[in-house]
Amino acid sequence: MPKMTINGKEVEFEAGMTILQVAEVSGVEIPVFCYHPKLNIAGNCRMCLVEVEKSPKPVASCAMPAAEGMVVRTNSPYVEKARKGVLEFLLINHPLDCPICDQGGECDLQDLTLYYGPGVGKYKENKRSVSEKYFGPLIKTWMTRCIHCTRCVRFASEIAGTSELGGVGRGEHTEIVTSAIEGAIASELSGNMIDICPVGALTSKPYAFRGRSWELTKTDSIDVFDGVGANIRVDSIGTEVMRILPRQNDDVNEEWLADKSRFAYDGLKSQRLDRPYVRNNKGKLVEATWDQAFSAIALKLKDAKKERVAALVGGMVELESAFVLKQLMLSLGVKNIDCRHDMSDYDVSKPGHYRFNTTIAGIEDADVCLLIGTQPRFEAPLINARLRKRYFQNGLQAALIGASYESTFPLEHLGDDAAILNEILSGKHSFAKILKNAKAPMIILGEGALTSTNGSDIHTLARAIADTHKMIRKDWNGFNVLHTSASRVGCLDIGFVPVKGGLGTREIIQKSQKGLMDILYLLSVDDIPPSALEKPFVIYQGHHGDQSAAHADVILPGAAYTEKEGTYVNVEGRVQRAFKAIFPPGEAKEDWKIVRALSDYVDGGLEYVNLDQLRHAMIAEFPHLKVLNVATPEAIDASKATDQKDVKGKLKPTIANYYMTDPISRNSLTMARCTQEIIEGKWPKLGLIGE
Amino acid sequence: MTVRPQKSGKAFSFSKENEKKAKEFISHYPKSKQASAVIALFELAQRQSGGWLPEEAIVYVAQYLDMPLIRATEVATFYTMFNLKPVGEHFIQVCTTTPCWLRGTDAIMTTCQKELGIGAGQTTKDKKFTVVEVECLGACVNAPVVQINDDFYEDLDAKSFEELLLALKAGKPIKPGSALARQCSAPVGFSPQANTVKVAVKKAEATKKPDSPKAAAPKAQTTPRPKAKLAPKASTGATKLNGKSAPRTGQKKNKDV
Ligand code: SF4
Ligand code: FES
Ligand code: FES
Repeated sequence: MPKMTINGKEVEFEAGMTILQVAEVSGVEIPVFCYHPKLNIAGNCRMCLVEVEKSPKPVASCAMPAAEGMVVRTNSPYVEKARKGVLEFLLINHPLDCPICDQGGECDLQDLTLYYGPGVGKYKENKRSVSEKYFGPLIKTWMTRCIHCTRCVRFASEIAGTSELGGVGRGEHTEIVTSAIEGAIASELSGNMIDICPVGALTSKPYAFRGRSWELTKTDSIDVFDGVGANIRVDSIGTEVMRILPRQNDDVNEEWLADKSRFAYDGLKSQRLDRPYVRNNKGKLVEATWDQAFSAIALKLKDAKKERVAALVGGMVELESAFVLKQLMLSLGVKNIDCRHDMSDYDVSKPGHYRFNTTIAGIEDADVCLLIGTQPRFEAPLINARLRKRYFQNGLQAALIGASYESTFPLEHLGDDAAILNEILSGKHSFAKILKNAKAPMIILGEGALTSTNGSDIHTLARAIADTHKMIRKDWNGFNVLHTSASRVGCLDIGFVPVKGGLGTREIIQKSQKGLMDILYLLSVDDIPPSALEKPFVIYQGHHGDQSAAHADVILPGAAYTEKEGTYVNVEGRVQRAFKAIFPPGEAKEDWKIVRALSDYVDGGLEYVNLDQLRHAMIAEFPHLKVLNVATPEAIDASKATDQKDVKGKLKPTIANYYMTDPISRNSLTMARCTQEIIEGKWPKLGLIGE
Repeated sequence: MTVRPQKSGKAFSFSKENEKKAKEFISHYPKSKQASAVIALFELAQRQSGGWLPEEAIVYVAQYLDMPLIRATEVATFYTMFNLKPVGEHFIQVCTTTPCWLRGTDAIMTTCQKELGIGAGQTTKDKKFTVVEVECLGACVNAPVVQINDDFYEDLDAKSFEELLLALKAGKPIKPGSALARQCSAPVGFSPQANTVKVAVKKAEATKKPDSPKAAAPKAQTTPRPKAKLAPKASTGATKLNGKSAPRTGQKKNKDV
């Protein structure tokens, strides 16, 4: 390996690294503005200047490849002077308004000026001022503060894949604007621009002037708005979630976060269920004590025929409460339990059948991708970002069977009829050849396919395609199922599916509609047809007074994801833990505790006294849950050719409006604004400053 | 103010022969890198739209090259040679960079004021003339230099420039190149036939006395460079005072203005 010297220390590096990267791995800090490890190099801020021996000028280390024998200094007076100069120039036009700037306390410019900058400026002339821009309902702009690092522009065009931002004009007149036709930035990842903007030019609109970074309590958590399991940090003050930011995890979300996950938190503050309710004999929901609520349930359960009782689990539930609910139901003799409230029904006997086996990071090795009944841009924006990353870096040949949509990477639309799959399997379709010749082909099977009436057959067929195209090898697993909910894979892992002889969601719903079910226990299930909730006695345990709660006979107020500790398993089968940031409102309790308490009323036999005990029991039964934060591809049963049935039928999209998919986002004002301004295109006319 | 291209209000599409040229330009670049031809296509579009590049043309070219509109807008707004608002039939670019300025750019600007009634960045009411100040045109050796549409006019002074303007106003053809009949960048008066430099230099001195560099330079140093945008009112004032069109007087008055 080549060697170079940094600050008198000899370091080895891999050919192709830049000076900045070599410095980073050898523990030398170089200040930067425009450089971002996940973006292309721009080299336009000059903050990273270093001294290179025999070079007549200071060198921008972020853009300079390291070379054998280079002698670099980052701590000499020469470098200090260069940095001072750069900062002084940046501050010529940058307003000194830190006290009223939302970035204050977490601003790169503020920090670097403190460490490396001149104490005073010499510039006395007027500063340049720039009019505000409309970037949509999520991003607040204050463009006078922009230092033209172009990180946001590069993010939009490289990562988000919507080339809508650019720098127009030149020199002092440069301004960052959206496309000539002004409008909101239509990207599910736009919030990340707030994070990468090194100054206060782009800040969060919903969070504007709500808090200072040093006042916030920071709690590590896991996102539940899709199946990706993005690592997040919940920032709170007292009992209020102030904002949500991504944590870096290169295997999952890198350092990005989707907009819904980032901004829907204000939905946690409205329409909350904060005390138990019981429907009285006049048919009205009235406030009750926990004791009354549990007693009402116990009374009903005592006489109910167990075949007429069912329990369903929703998409945002953490594993622990699903686990105790399953135990409770089994001990009561209830067989009708299911976590697939979207009514998908297919062979989940092996973990490989329902997981994202390629793994999210593994996408970067794929060369051909076939999407079946899925729209990753809306169903899992961060997986979509990986697909785009793969396309952007090395090219990815992708095709879609299913409802077409505007993709952020080139996507050939083969049609929306599942019948195309038959042709691909038999090799008649032109795409079959592409799959055959691919080195690392992958299939992503989405809920648009799995929830269709012949979802099970499509699943079998997809497995056969995976098998015939050598997608399952020792070194590669290209069979992927993309679920949209955070709880799904975990619940399938712990077997929250109908016990032998039990009913699945579809039958449960059909029977309820006909009045053939007596009791429905809904653990945060909000997306089933209301008509199914009219006849049976409905127990709704959850955190929002959304669609299901209105039809419930007993409401047990639970905790939202920020209010409880929990284990989540993401689409890849990665087990991750979230911590509790704030307390649930009012009398609401953590969900596993509610189930545990109910157990005493109905002789359910649950004995847990704390979460640790519960986790021990869970891990004892499902040992793989012990290993945190790894994803291992699982084998699938290749279906034999005789098992396949021809499939047909149009594959429908699963998400109508990305911004409103669940109780939290449906109750979020910010998400309502997004719907109005981004999807419906009704954006307000701009004032001079601010909103 | 954000730099934004103006709209012409008319739909834009390439004429037949420009279409052919555009295809030719695109063919110079590898497949899928067609967007590299954007500058060349903008230039075609600018010519076709009468010397400026309306938003419609930018949108058209962006679509033509299958590139995001914002990328095309960035290019169009970055290069000052793309005019983002309408310009007159005669687009006069006066070089005001140091060498030209030392050789009497101020007199050129004053002449514009006097003859056309416009200053830098302005267009006459009849849409015949636009005057802008530009940086070095790369012909400093024959300073001062003015570019009118595609051609350079060099070695100008107030008088020769005024003649040019008068000719243009009258719709007469004008001859590009040096006003001193200089050959390329050879010393003034040098001609291959005469073959003697000495004679040429003498001749030059005779013709150039009024604003020989020695006389003009010291004054110029003490004179502030006129700002690019003179307020219209102030300009009119200057025009009157500068009636005599002597460069030195002009400069002084400019200072007062
Ligand atoms: S808005 Fe922020 S990220 Fe974008 S160029 Fe300006 S300083 Fe950089
Ligand atoms: S970080 Fe190197 S030039 Fe900006
Ligand atoms: S300075 Fe005028 S052409 Fe160079």
